[in-house]
Amino acid sequence: MHIFKNTNYDFLRWRWYAVALSWVVIIAGIVVIATKGIPRSIEFAGGTSIITHFDQPVSIEKVRSALDRTFKESVIQTFGSASQNQVLIRVLQSAAESGDSLSQTKEAVAAALQQANLGKFDIVGTEIVSPTVGRELASKGTWATVLSLAGILLYIAFRYQMSFAVGAVVATIHDLLVTLAFLAFFRYDLSLNVIAAILTVSGYSTNDTIVIFDRVRENLRGMRRDGLNHVINVSINQTLGRTVLTAGLTLLSAISLFVFGGEVLRGFAFTMIVGIITGTYSSVFVAAAIVTFWRGQGPTKAAAHAPASPTLPPVAQQPTRKSKPQRKARAS
Amino acid sequence: MANLRWKLLTIVTVLVVFSAVGVYPIVAARYGVTSPRWLTDKLLKLGLDLKGGVHLVLRVQTDDALRIESEAEMERLRQQLATAGINITGISLVDPTSFKVEGIRPDQDPAFRTAANEVSTNFERDSGVNGTYTFAMKPNVQLTLREEAVVQARQTIERRVNELGVAEPSIAQQGSNNDEILVQLPGVTDVNRAKEIIRSTGLLELKIVEQGPSVSKEALLVNSKAPDGMEIVPGAGGAPGDATGGTVYYLVRKAAAVTGRDLRSARPSLDENNRPAVSFTLNTEGAARFGKVTGENIGRDLAIILDGRVQSAPRIDGRITTDGRISGSFTQEEVANLSLILRSGSLPATLSYLEERTIGPSLGADSIRAGILASVVGLVLIMLFMLVYYQLSGVNAVVALILNLIILLGLMAYAGAVMTLPGIAGFVLTMGIGVDSNVLIFERIKEELDHQRGVRASINAGFSRVFLTLLDTHVAALISAAFLFNFGTGPIRGFALTLSIGLVSNLFTATFVSKTLFELVLSRQRQVQTLSI
Repeated sequence: MHIFKNTNYDFLRWRWYAVALSWVVIIAGIVVIATKGIPRSIEFAGGTSIITHFDQPVSIEKVRSALDRTFKESVIQTFGSASQNQVLIRVLQSAAESGDSLSQTKEAVAAALQQANLGKFDIVGTEIVSPTVGRELASKGTWATVLSLAGILLYIAFRYQMSFAVGAVVATIHDLLVTLAFLAFFRYDLSLNVIAAILTVSGYSTNDTIVIFDRVRENLRGMRRDGLNHVINVSINQTLGRTVLTAGLTLLSAISLFVFGGEVLRGFAFTMIVGIITGTYSSVFVAAAIVTFWRGQGPTKAAAHAPASPTLPPVAQQPTRKSKPQRKARAS
Repeated sequence: MANLRWKLLTIVTVLVVFSAVGVYPIVAARYGVTSPRWLTDKLLKLGLDLKGGVHLVLRVQTDDALRIESEAEMERLRQQLATAGINITGISLVDPTSFKVEGIRPDQDPAFRTAANEVSTNFERDSGVNGTYTFAMKPNVQLTLREEAVVQARQTIERRVNELGVAEPSIAQQGSNNDEILVQLPGVTDVNRAKEIIRSTGLLELKIVEQGPSVSKEALLVNSKAPDGMEIVPGAGGAPGDATGGTVYYLVRKAAAVTGRDLRSARPSLDENNRPAVSFTLNTEGAARFGKVTGENIGRDLAIILDGRVQSAPRIDGRITTDGRISGSFTQEEVANLSLILRSGSLPATLSYLEERTIGPSLGADSIRAGILASVVGLVLIMLFMLVYYQLSGVNAVVALILNLIILLGLMAYAGAVMTLPGIAGFVLTMGIGVDSNVLIFERIKEELDHQRGVRASINAGFSRVFLTLLDTHVAALISAAFLFNFGTGPIRGFALTLSIGLVSNLFTATFVSKTLFELVLSRQRQVQTLSI
């Protein structure tokens, strides 16, 4: 079996449509975040989250009406499958959750549930975080993202060249923005797990881009007479099978996490799914477009010596190619 | 051929070692197979989110430790000035790290400086107008005191948690200022008791009562403040055990006769009315001091102060040396907790809770079930796809993938890593990202085959060309994993670690193992015309 064999799509011709589409999604995301905000988990917003297990089935409405009087801003939803009778109750920062009063809200919720006569229940899980922790975490998360992007930028600039590094990092930033936009559209909480997924997405997206760039670098040496656009197009086409297969396979594992991984990992899996799709899309449409931007177009002759990496052996299209790979293989 | 044999031997060794370390203990534990300790010791540990338990984060209010030091310094200076006969109009604390002295007459200024020089080495002196001096704690002293306070608090908490008898607790310092303490107590369900015990300052002081009890604070004041060297401490009023009595106040000597530091032991007992109480024994040094103070003050009251509150103030009937008893309105449980706290020593500063998480065992079990289901489904889907798409070469990829997971489990177990729920997610993703390497290589081999190369040449070219690409992608992924590890706490670290180990072992399985498998197949055929890929 062989998908995308000898394809010859002109990806760069579509780059402006792609850039426009990306901007539409990102701006829509910004609008949603600006108007409705991005929902933040307890870890970031501070507050109390309680998972209660009821002995008898209980309706969400009853739980809500039991708590409505005391807690204005509460989120109440079923947790896990319906047959488990588990309800997640989240109260955002009703009191200062710190020091002695840390568990005040928890006790108040338990008391309110007791009073509402909803049958026997017990608290199977709690999460109480004081708001100061959230602030610290948010800044740490931002720094981790920025620093990891800077690290990747430096690494690619060192191994390839600046234009590639910029292309890869812009593509990754694009993916982060699109992922955030989708999180806002589908109202998933920004939690620690989601941040972990976002950072993983940034690694994955760079991976994808590197594979294509690696081929561009390889081809640049063999196709000196062709324009950069052509070389990039050829490279994307050559790696298209791999790009789609990998995305598909990683997507399979992310989807299996989304479906079977349970409530706690759902936001994480959703972020991964969005990230894998946008990461693949951006590697094909965005990263290369940025490289052509940065370097200008035209024949690659002038620029060909620029990929200064001596690390890769000469490539497929070279006249000496018959004997080369074998020698190389013995060496390895 | 000899080369191939060595490669195969390496792979089999790796397989056996990592299976023994990573997989066997899990299987053995699951099916209750008894096996030697050195083997099961490395059983992959479950994180709190999977096992259930209590997770607490506390911040040490290190300002407290500084305030105590400043107060002590101020007290020393006050006494020094009194002995030197230097008059001042006031001496008071400005903030936790500084205090000021006011109203020194110009003619006494040199004498004051000499006196001050003798006491304050940890403080910078700064003169102001009208005979005012400010003493500020030196920054390096502040830093040391803060660090010491956190370390002491951590050690005290460790002792208390050990006294609680929790299996495999984890207590660590964290936070940007390193002033937070993370406490993880697997299997503990009574959060409130754990929280109470951990956070109680547990500062026991025995002080001589000068006046009181009195229902009003003001009645004890002289010139609207407590007399020098004395302080006012609140306590429960009424008869012992009478909680309705409201608060009463005692005027006590500031200097404690003995403190919790002089304790050798503390245990639950009963008082003369058969109510729960805590009996304590003093160490030699404490006993000598206590004997002297009680001997000098027979007939007066002795206030037993716990965390700044008088628990009881019995009359001293005679000289007491080693043994004492704290009685008050305690329940049986409070008495048990209090003796535990007194035994483990007092905290150098107050603590405040920043985070509290409890995970019930049922919740953790649900997570494990879901995580395993997701892993198995993901694994089966990926393997099926590889087998259908790459046919016989797919078998090669599947073998490499399985070996990758075995190495991952083995390394995690060996490194003493903890499996968390995000860690399971990392596990699932490792499979997806892991086969990418195989895909990359196989697609390259296909391309080379399309260029009418021989099978051997194509395989060699596929592996050697892609190796550097793989190195680049893996390093880039490791860079983001490293920052993730650095950013995260607990579960996220587990995820980053799983991902990183998965990446490294993948580099081995996808290139070395997979290539050796190809070589093995090819070595059995003289002429290879086609490759099932």
